[in-house]
Amino acid sequence: MNLHSLVNGMARHRVGSALLFLLIFPLLMPYEALAINILIFGLFAVGFNLVFGYTGMLSFGHASFLGVGSYLTGIAMVHFGVHWIPAIFVGVVASLFAGLLVGYLAIRTRGIYFSMVTLALGQVIYYLFYKADRWTGGENGLRGIKAEVMEVFGFRIDFLDPLTKYYIIWMFVAFALWLVSRILASPFGSVIESIRENEKRTVACGYDVARAKLLIFVISAGVCGLAGALRALHLSVVTVDSLHYLQSGQVVMMSLLGGMGSFFGPFVGAGVFLYLEDIATNVTKYWMGVVGLLFMALILFFPRGIWGSLMHELKQRGMLKGDRE
Amino acid sequence: MLDITPSLFMLQLVTGIALGAVYALLAIGLSLIFGMLTVVNFAHGAFFMVGAFLGVYFLGLTGNFWLSLVIAPLVVGVIGLLAERYLVRPLYGRGIDYPLLLTFGLSYVLIDVVRALFGIEGLPSSTPASLRGAVDLGFGHFPLYRLFLIGATAVLVLALWLFLEKTRYGLIIRAGSRDSEIVRVLGVDISKVWWLVFGLGTTIAGLSGVLAAPTRAVNPEMGISVLAESFVVTVVGGMGSLPGAVVAGLLVGIVFSMTALLAPAYAEMSIFVLMALVLLVRPQGFFGKAGALG
Repeated sequence: MNLHSLVNGMARHRVGSALLFLLIFPLLMPYEALAINILIFGLFAVGFNLVFGYTGMLSFGHASFLGVGSYLTGIAMVHFGVHWIPAIFVGVVASLFAGLLVGYLAIRTRGIYFSMVTLALGQVIYYLFYKADRWTGGENGLRGIKAEVMEVFGFRIDFLDPLTKYYIIWMFVAFALWLVSRILASPFGSVIESIRENEKRTVACGYDVARAKLLIFVISAGVCGLAGALRALHLSVVTVDSLHYLQSGQVVMMSLLGGMGSFFGPFVGAGVFLYLEDIATNVTKYWMGVVGLLFMALILFFPRGIWGSLMHELKQRGMLKGDRE
Repeated sequence: MLDITPSLFMLQLVTGIALGAVYALLAIGLSLIFGMLTVVNFAHGAFFMVGAFLGVYFLGLTGNFWLSLVIAPLVVGVIGLLAERYLVRPLYGRGIDYPLLLTFGLSYVLIDVVRALFGIEGLPSSTPASLRGAVDLGFGHFPLYRLFLIGATAVLVLALWLFLEKTRYGLIIRAGSRDSEIVRVLGVDISKVWWLVFGLGTTIAGLSGVLAAPTRAVNPEMGISVLAESFVVTVVGGMGSLPGAVVAGLLVGIVFSMTALLAPAYAEMSIFVLMALVLLVRPQGFFGKAGALG
């Protein structure tokens, strides 16, 4: 088997190849907590990119869905003693609702307006959770999220063991990535991409653009909510920063760093971002400024991002067919 | 619940107008840049913050508030000019999201540069000596500085309006925001106009920072929430509209301070709820044109 067919084979089974890689991933990282973080933020970025890269709507409010997923999972567990598996569902359903609410208002606007409106609506949710300190802990964050130890078919699932935690979260991420890949490969996936390419023409073809936009926005919110729910379990605390628009900005940066035009670009971007952050915060206290500079350089000189540039290069050399990424 | 007397109500209303004056200035800067360049400046809040820091710094250096009121915004304007020339300009014609994202990155850099120069604690700010004290408005005493804030904004808005409506340069700017292609054909170097408008918009952001500094905490993060608030004002007023920015700025200021009086816990949220309502009823904002959302 030559390189050529290997590349195309991997591209054909993009989710499978990625998941295989993610199985050995924790061994490559300096410590497991970072690997788990990358897994979670990778999912967050892939979910966000459904709206940004695929539908062409730059949302600056996606932290809302990450945060709502985290908080509602945490609230279900801390205040109601719900087991962590149903609690994840509570978080995801809550973020679907939040997505419906924000999406309903925001898709009335287009382009730059959409970015401003999602940012502002995200801040409503931020202040809402900030002020509801009886439930959310306000400024101190929601603390004491503990996942029960479980026995499944003789396996002991204990979140205190980082590697076990990684593989449990890996299963949820695997399912979500498969689902997202499936949605994008469906006719509906083509509709949202055609909205990005030419909205007027999509309307003329008879598609209900407003409904498609709302639907993908809600799906995207759900995926980000799952990432949030997993993050609550991982950190066992939820802070209100996770709802702030700077968090939304961070996922935008991650997506662009990896390449928003491809399926895995955002995931790669999240990984590189968090890995760099891990190194840089030990060296400098001006990580924020470094990020800003890197991001500006990226926008100016490498708008395709890391993964996007690699895919582009492979296509240019004829090693990758069609729109496989 | 405390007793709300008519005079307390009136005082809070004037407080709201003073707050709204700053919002109006911020939104004017944002709208001016957007109307001309179709760039949403995500570093607007950061320019506001830099203005506040420089204002306090120059006030401490010279001891003269009026001097710092002139110098600080000009320095911010120069940073804006440099940013447009070397960072934003290469992105024209490359999709509407790119300048937005670039300015978002720029805001990170500005925040950390200020942290490096002035420390993470921020600077203590105080009302300039000549503007201390209170004025009797008939229904109660009101801080002189906030009245000055309202007056200064009124003068600035009037000057800007005269500049845009009555001068040759204003004519070029208005024509350029309608159809830059035609203006270019008529022999105007439009990229220079864009450059200067970006500089003007950031100067106004810096100026609102200098003006707002005595009324709030001056720290490197102060622009972060201001950005979201000025977006609310622009969405409510209608993007690219000068009267919209003024009316919506004042309205948002009044809504904020009235909610702060009646239900303090919901003050920050109230203005975002106002925006949501406007979006439901009139997505293009008060003064926005119906087609301007694309």
